[in-house]
Amino acid sequence: MLALDSLSKHFGGVRAVDGISLTLKEGEIFGLIGPNGSGKSTTINLITGLYTPTTGTVRLDGRDLTAMAQHERTAMGVARTFQNIRLFGNLTVAENLWVAQNGHEQRRAHFLGRWFRAGGEHSPEIGELLKFSRLHSKRDVQASALSFGEMRRLEMARALASRPRVLLLDEPAAGASREDGQILAERIRETRDRGVTVLLIEHMMELVMGISDRVAVLNFGRKIAEGSPAEVQANADVRAAYLGSKHKDEELIHA
Amino acid sequence: MDFYLGLAQIFGVHTLLGLSAYVVLLTGQVSMAQAGFYAIGAYTAGAMTAMFGLHILPAIVIAGLVSAAIACIVGFPALRVKGLMLVVATLAFGEMVRLFFFNLTWQVERNGDRVGPNGAEGFRSIRYFPENGWEVWHVTVFIWFVVVVVMGALWWMDRTRAGAVLRAVGHDETAAQSIGLNLTAVKVGAMTAGGFIAGLGGGIYAHTVTHIEHGVFGVLLATFAIAYPILGGLGSVFGTLIAVLFIQGFLIEGLRFMGEWRSLLFGALIVLAMNLRPHGLLGEHAPRLKNLFGAGPARPSDPLSTKEAK
Repeated sequence: MLALDSLSKHFGGVRAVDGISLTLKEGEIFGLIGPNGSGKSTTINLITGLYTPTTGTVRLDGRDLTAMAQHERTAMGVARTFQNIRLFGNLTVAENLWVAQNGHEQRRAHFLGRWFRAGGEHSPEIGELLKFSRLHSKRDVQASALSFGEMRRLEMARALASRPRVLLLDEPAAGASREDGQILAERIRETRDRGVTVLLIEHMMELVMGISDRVAVLNFGRKIAEGSPAEVQANADVRAAYLGSKHKDEELIHA
Repeated sequence: MDFYLGLAQIFGVHTLLGLSAYVVLLTGQVSMAQAGFYAIGAYTAGAMTAMFGLHILPAIVIAGLVSAAIACIVGFPALRVKGLMLVVATLAFGEMVRLFFFNLTWQVERNGDRVGPNGAEGFRSIRYFPENGWEVWHVTVFIWFVVVVVMGALWWMDRTRAGAVLRAVGHDETAAQSIGLNLTAVKVGAMTAGGFIAGLGGGIYAHTVTHIEHGVFGVLLATFAIAYPILGGLGSVFGTLIAVLFIQGFLIEGLRFMGEWRSLLFGALIVLAMNLRPHGLLGEHAPRLKNLFGAGPARPSDPLSTKEAK
């Protein structure tokens, strides 16, 4: 459904992303890994439109998104989280979800109903998202007062509030404990089961390898491997990228 | 008594001016153009009553609409720049408006007199209120009626999704775009609403003083406009009102007995107020009645958590 075709982004002489082609299938969890600076976050920024690609295209169900503004891409069904969490700290938890509801019903509603109706932060849909992210007891808390883990959960819920077809998660487990990682894995699976395709960038290998249907590996802006988690873990180029050319078998798994 | 009623009129029009900056400031934009919109409103409304004989109500509504239309047009290019660049761009616009009125001479015959803007001399005889037998307290009540309507509308807007969206954009534009908000539409919308309110305020102002001239609408007024919501805090429309009362009532009128020392104290007290209440007199967050009377901003709501965003 989401297809990147020889996508490149150059910053001056630096080729942050250098001709990446990827195709995500409907309803899969696709892991994108690679050492720091390999172009993973840049790839997400190119998909959402935060950056304009130097060359290449981004397509969703055959429709070219490359020239669209960010909000238009969100309307098409692209949502994301950020590596360094970006919540609206001045709004409550429920309001953070409310502002993200630009989705289907909202879009059909007339102008006044869409923008100038009070109390929409108590809608059933938001209640359901709050339950999903276990933030129900915090609904009226200022987002800036949440704990780190709660912030991550809220940010993912906010992305889901826009009713995406594809969700781009940029290191959702950064700073999380192993148990938190397992809970997160469960929540990502549930998200997929709701019909949302997931692109997951993550350094916690246990998480990526555990839940991804397929994995692609980037190094210096290029895709060096793609396949099932087992195939990728066995790939010599991948081991070289992560561990240098001398490697031991177990290390990649815990890298 | 008339002195205090007149003072209440000043509070009223300045509250409108401050509220016009408040809406724009919610989206994180520091606009120095509000005095310009206020001037456009003042000249437009003055022309409507003094030159074309309209009733005051349609006159100020037209003034608001004209200012809103110009704010909308200015909004598109101006909001492409951010931060200091936006301050400079809007400041330039404000000065442009002022100089336009400095040079504008456009008078018509009315009842044997020539009325209308007359360049540097300004626009005299905007005498709708005295000509129609309005007493001072009538005017004061009228002004505060408009202020209450505008404050009520903004108070309502703050509680709707639109209010949350404006604040979201003000907090983090990148995140706001990522959840599908059209930044240009939101910012230009806020600018247009701000232009309308400034136009209303200016239109009323012209009629309370009966004589307007370009010099009033300079950088100082633009600074006041933006100072009210900043000093009062962006938590709600009441912050702006409190700041107007504080600056116009206490610092300007209340300290008059101090003579020359007043100007010195004026600055010092604003610096002091901003240091004691860095997020404004009423704070940054959505108001709850207990916060208005309690000491300090009552948060975070979770007593165990002291983490700040980022």
